[in-house]
Order: sequence, then C-alpha cells, then structure tokens
Amino acid sequence: MWNLLQIELFKISKRPRTYIAFAAIAAIVFIFQFAFKADGQSYMNLMLQSVKDSFEFERTKAINGYFMCYIILNTLLVQLPILVALIAADSISGEANMGTLRLLITKPISRTQLILVKFAAATIFTILLLVWMAIISLFFSLLIFGADDMLIFRSKGDESQILLISQDDVMWRYLAAFAYATVALTVIAALSLFLSIFADNSIGPIIATVCIVLVCTIISNINVPIIDKNIRPFLFTSYLVGWKGFFYIATTEDGVPIKGSVENWAAIRNSLSILLLHIGVLLVASIFIFRKKDILS
Amino acid sequence: MNLLRYGLVLTAMVSTFIVKAQENVNALIQKVNAKIEKVNDYTAEGKMKTKVVFLKVPVSAVKIYFKKPNRLKIKNEKGISFVPKGAVSINISNIVNGEKYTALDAGMDKIGNTAVRVVKLLPTDDNADIVLSTIYIDEANLLIKKAKTTTRENGSYELEMTYGKYPAYGLPDKIIFTFNTKQYKLPKGITFDFDDGESAKSNIPRGLNKNKGQAEIIFDSYIINKGVSDAVF
Amino acid sequence: MSEIIKVNHLSKQFKDTKAVDDLSFTVNEGDVYGFLGQNGAGKSTTIRMLLSLISPSEGDIIIFGKKLQTHRSEILAQVGAVIEKPDLYKYLSAYDNLSIFAKMSGSKVSRELLMQQLEMVGLADRSKGKVETFSQGMKQRLGIAVALVHNPALIILDEPTNGLDPQGIADMRNLILRLSREMGKTILISSHLLSEIELIANRMIILHKGKKMVEGSVAELLDPEHSLIQLETTNDAAAKEKLLQSKWADVLQDGNSIRLLMNKQTVPQLISDLVGMDVSILSVNSSHSLENYFLSLTTLSGHVEPFAN
Repeated sequence: MWNLLQIELFKISKRPRTYIAFAAIAAIVFIFQFAFKADGQSYMNLMLQSVKDSFEFERTKAINGYFMCYIILNTLLVQLPILVALIAADSISGEANMGTLRLLITKPISRTQLILVKFAAATIFTILLLVWMAIISLFFSLLIFGADDMLIFRSKGDESQILLISQDDVMWRYLAAFAYATVALTVIAALSLFLSIFADNSIGPIIATVCIVLVCTIISNINVPIIDKNIRPFLFTSYLVGWKGFFYIATTEDGVPIKGSVENWAAIRNSLSILLLHIGVLLVASIFIFRKKDILS
Repeated sequence: MNLLRYGLVLTAMVSTFIVKAQENVNALIQKVNAKIEKVNDYTAEGKMKTKVVFLKVPVSAVKIYFKKPNRLKIKNEKGISFVPKGAVSINISNIVNGEKYTALDAGMDKIGNTAVRVVKLLPTDDNADIVLSTIYIDEANLLIKKAKTTTRENGSYELEMTYGKYPAYGLPDKIIFTFNTKQYKLPKGITFDFDDGESAKSNIPRGLNKNKGQAEIIFDSYIINKGVSDAVF
Repeated sequence: MSEIIKVNHLSKQFKDTKAVDDLSFTVNEGDVYGFLGQNGAGKSTTIRMLLSLISPSEGDIIIFGKKLQTHRSEILAQVGAVIEKPDLYKYLSAYDNLSIFAKMSGSKVSRELLMQQLEMVGLADRSKGKVETFSQGMKQRLGIAVALVHNPALIILDEPTNGLDPQGIADMRNLILRLSREMGKTILISSHLLSEIELIANRMIILHKGKKMVEGSVAELLDPEHSLIQLETTNDAAAKEKLLQSKWADVLQDGNSIRLLMNKQTVPQLISDLVGMDVSILSVNSSHSLENYFLSLTTLSGHVEPFAN
C-alpha cells in the first residue's frame, strides 16, 4: 500500500492543478493581510459599532496575528472545499478521462486498495493544504501583525458576544482547530472521491461536490424549526465550522473566561464523530460501488 | 396667637437646624475634598475584572494613571482590556468639588457595618452633564464609600469603594464601577458560528442584568505624587 | 500443452443488450490466439472480462488454472495488456509512466530494466519526453513496453495496431512473433486486420453478436472449402444474370465483377455450366484468405448458424 501511495502522491505532485490550490490560498490570505494592514480599523468599527460608545480598548492591539488568522479561516470556509474537490474529484474520473483507469484495474492491486490509496492521497493533500494555510495565515499573520490577546465575535442564538482569550491560551486552540478542519475537509475529499466513481471526467464531480456543499450549507443555516430538528443534525455541513468550538471559551458564573477551557467539549466530540461517520460511510460506499462497477472507458 | 408664635419659633429652630446642617455637610465635603486634594497624581497597579453580559474577558493586570485635576487612564500593558468609557468617573475628585455643587444632607445610612452620611450633590450649573450625585461618606474616616451619579448624556453609574492601605489619601483598595450598557449586536451574516445545540441561555453575571455592566478594580499598589507624564493620557 | 485461459459459458448482459452470449473457448500455452469479429461482436467485452474490468453476468474465467474471481491479483501479476489505444499519463515522461506501472505490477524496478524496455520498443532516446508530445505510434509502443515490463506469461492485445502506419504494423507483427516464438509467451490478440491475424495467429475464434461462430487452428479453418473465385467474361452483366438463375446463385457475391465463394474443387463444374449458358470466359482466378472465411461466416447468407460447442 505504501508504494501505491507514493505513486499517487507522485502523480498528484506532477500535475499543475495541484499547485493552483496552494497559490489560491496564498493569494487570498495575502489580500486579507494587506487589507487589514491598510484599514483593519473599519472592520473593527463595524463589529463594535453597537458598543463603541460604551467601551474603550486598544484597537491596534486587537488586530493582531491571532485575530487575523481567525478572520481568514472564517472566510475561507467556502473556498477550501472547492480546492479540496479539485484534487479529490479527479481521483477516479480523472483516470477514466485520461484512459489510464483501465490500465490501473488490470494491475494486480485490488479495487479496494485503489480506492483506499486514492482516499489516502486526497487526505494527505488536504493535510498539506491546511499546513500551508496554517503557515501563511497564522505564522505569517503573527509576523506581520504581532501577537496579543485574541478577540472573538460570536453569535449565540439571538445574542452576540465578545470573547477575549489571553495570548498564552491561543496557540493550542489553533492546533486543535486545524486538526478538526482536516477532518472536516476530509469529508469533502471522501464525498468528491465517491462522486468521482460515477463520472468519466472530473468537472462533473467537482461541480456536484460544490453544489452539494452549497445546498447543504444553506439548509444548515436556514433556521426553520422543522428543518433544524429533522434534517440539520444529519448534514455534515452543520459541523464544518465546528473548529470554532475550540475558541468558545468556558466562563465562570461571573463571566470570566477560564483559561485552557472550552465551553462545550461534548458538542465538539459529537461533531467530530458525525464527520468521521460521514467519512466512513462515503468510503465504504465508494469501495462497494467501485468493486461492482464495469469499466467501460 | 400662641400657635403663631409657636410656629415661628419652630420654623426658626428648623431653619437654624437646616442651616447648621447645611454648614455641617459643606464642611464635611470640604474635609473630604481636602484629603483627596493631597493627591496630585498617582500610578497604580491593579487587576480589573469586567462583568458585562456580552463580554467574556479575563481578569487583566492594569495600570491606572491619574493626574490632577481630572485626568485618568486605565491601561493594559500586556494585553487587551475593555475599559468602560465612563471609567474616568472613578476619579473621586470628579465627584466632590464644593464650588460646583449644592450639597444637601440626606441623613444617615449603613454600608456594611459602617454608618455613612448620605449627601446629595446638585450641580449649580444647569448645563452640567451631571444631574445628581448621591454620595455616602464615612464621616469618621472622611472616606467616600459609595457614589451614585445620574448624568444627562451617559445614564447613571455607581461607584463602591473599599479602603485599606491608603485611607490617608482617600485612595481605595477596590472600586466597583457599575454602569449602563447597550445590548451588543453583531452585524448579521458575518460570523457563521458553530451551533453547539445548546439554547442561548445568557450567562448573566451575578447582580447584573442585560443593560448593566460592572468593572471591578483591585488596586495592588499606588505610587503617589511622583509625577505622571502627560503623554500617558 | 497446458491451458492458460479457459472460458466456460461466459455471458454479459448490459441493460437490454446481451453483449456476450454463452461463450466458451480455450487458449493454450504458447498460442498466438486470434480474436476476430465485427464491431459489436463482443470481442472487447470479452477481453475486458478476462482482465476483470467488467464482471460477467454468468460463467467462469480460469487463467493459469485459477478462477479469476477469487485469484485476481495473483493472475493479473502475470498478465500484460494493451487495451485499444493505450492511454498513459500525458503529463509524465515515458520513463515515469513505465516506472509507475512496473511498480504497480509488483515488478522489481531498476533504471537499467526500464531503459531496456524502452530500448526494446525504440523509445530509449525519448525516455524523458512527456507522453503528450508523442505520436500515436510512439504511445502504442510505450503501451507495449508497459504491458511487458513485468515479464508476464500472458499478453492480451486488444486492437494493438490501431493508428499504426504500415511500418508500425510490421514492427508489431515481428514483436508478437518474437514474443511467441523466442520467449514462449502466450498471446491473445484481437484485431480488425484479418490479414495480420492470418500471418501471426495459430489459433483463433470468430465471434458474431456475442456468440462463438467457430474456434480452431487457423490452418484447419482456412481449408480450400472457402476459396474466392473471380471470373472475367465478355459480358459480365449478362453472365451474372444467368448465374443468378442457376444453382450457383447462393455462392455469387455482390458487386460488379463476378465473384463466387466456393469449394475450389467445383471450379470445373462451374466452367462447364457457364459454357452451357453461352458465357464466354476470358479468365478465372482464385484466392483463399481469412478475410473471405470471416466474411463468409458473418455476412454471406444473412443468417449464420453458430458453431455448436
């Protein structure tokens, strides 16, 4: 399996489209960093417009590397699934399109192995993408904006909150958040791989993945009670933003944040379990269908 | 006829009493003020705890700078703090300045185990922002224990002082500053928050409601009358 | 001689089409086995089933004495295949493509071995070239190299001469003969170039509409029974009219010239009958080929009886 994985990673590394994803992330992140360096105050004023008359605080300190990374992650929610799909959706359909799929199947590797290797390669790509994101959106932001306490603006039901996390309590949360995001995006990779089995070119699965993510995201955020109760809990898009849970710090009765704490560990565990379940189901379905598929391309 | 005489005597006695009381209150204020006036400036180190429904901020180490007549700055050197804008009001000398107010004796009250004289200060200037201040003075020690102030523009706020190390200068060890706040509302559709399934029950800190906030400052140390640069403000 | 491939009652149903219908055949060790049939006869479907690209609806495939369904990896480790035009990774070099597929075949890969393979197919000097820059012939040769890199015992070639020029076709023929005669490989080859099959195959099968028409050695099947006799007369049109009204009508071929597919031994009788019909004969020629045999089985009378197993 290790040899096969090396081959897959080699093939991915040789395709120009692989680097589009990394370049796109870099471009978006640098644009954000430039914009906030030039005029981050406007954003801060927008977020604090309802209380700026009541409180004073050091705005320049607030726009620091940790805050910037959170903003960037928050905004890249839509783009990252597309970038993951770009590679993962090409897994089987790309081979079919190139005509190499029939050659692969005639080799002494089982179809199950092939799917697992393709999935592993897509997952490694996802991890590398997130490591890249971490480097430029977290570490570069820290270099450009410095480190300080981290502000989080949060909507909780009908209420809004401002959370402040001490700077020595932030980094582990980011590591956990990136790890969670890896799992979340791996669901996208698994979905793309699954859809890739049904097509002979990768455009179809890429578009299908994006459409599914968009539609499910809309349903997840629609706030209609009957949907919230019966459909929302089963959609993986309801849990894609679960990484934010690591930044929802628990507080004492007096509202003082407790260092090193998380408000709702159970919710994060639950979200992770559902995401992992999605991955498992999609992977098993992919293997089951691919084993029975007639390769006519 | 007797009744009239009796009434006149009573009125004279009451008036004398009132005037005497007024003179006592004014004198009290003067004495309190005199103590406060000893402080030209100070730099204090302390810890600030902010209790506001929508604000979850840790207790922060702060430095408080004061310079006569009424400049006050609270700074967090190492991190970020949310300082209520009315915090300048924690400067006691803002509250008592005999020339600008008419002081009225409002009797006695108790704060904890301490008997305090309640004095109402009405500004003589009709255009002043402060409409009414009620201060609770520990007469024996010439210390203001509590002050409730109503303003035209900025609502009302309350100060509660606890003294320990610096009573001679009228500088408290602890101030609890209670103020009005608006509800915080995020612009819609910006945050894409993680719904963890819990109802949005407010974690309202003890003793507060949605429209009130509190800042509690514990002063660890003061450096008094050693000079404070204007650049700090 | 051992059986390398044994197919028993193989069928494949696609929705409303039965692409392969109760097919059975055997390929022996060392055979160059020709797979013939018109378009849609079921050749490619059968080959894809042999390579586990398609799963059969019914029947068994046994290769190297093992069932394909249960010993797939073991079997395919000894099989090399070129299926239609060989598509490879266009964005990789010839060397990289060969290396990848060699590793996937479980073969020990060394630079020396890979360059040898490229040398064999005449691509050593283009080893670093990206496949997208290759001509069709070069891609075909690379495909052959990929099929042979792990030294398989069985080689399956589906239309390997597609897109090749005459020189390329000749080179392919020579390669196949060398693989068979010098290296003892068993080869199953399907092709539309019947003349090529005739030159290289020792055994063959002809499929029509998913069914087996005939199977056997090329020598046995190409007996004089099926010669093409061409006549030239002073009036071909009139002669044809007369032949159509005679007992020779069944063997008369369409077209402007007079051609009959018949047993060569009956030519004297034909000439005698033509003379009796007042037809003046200028010349008589006969040719005997696989193409004629193939056409005779699949198109001659419009209805063909399948060969009984």
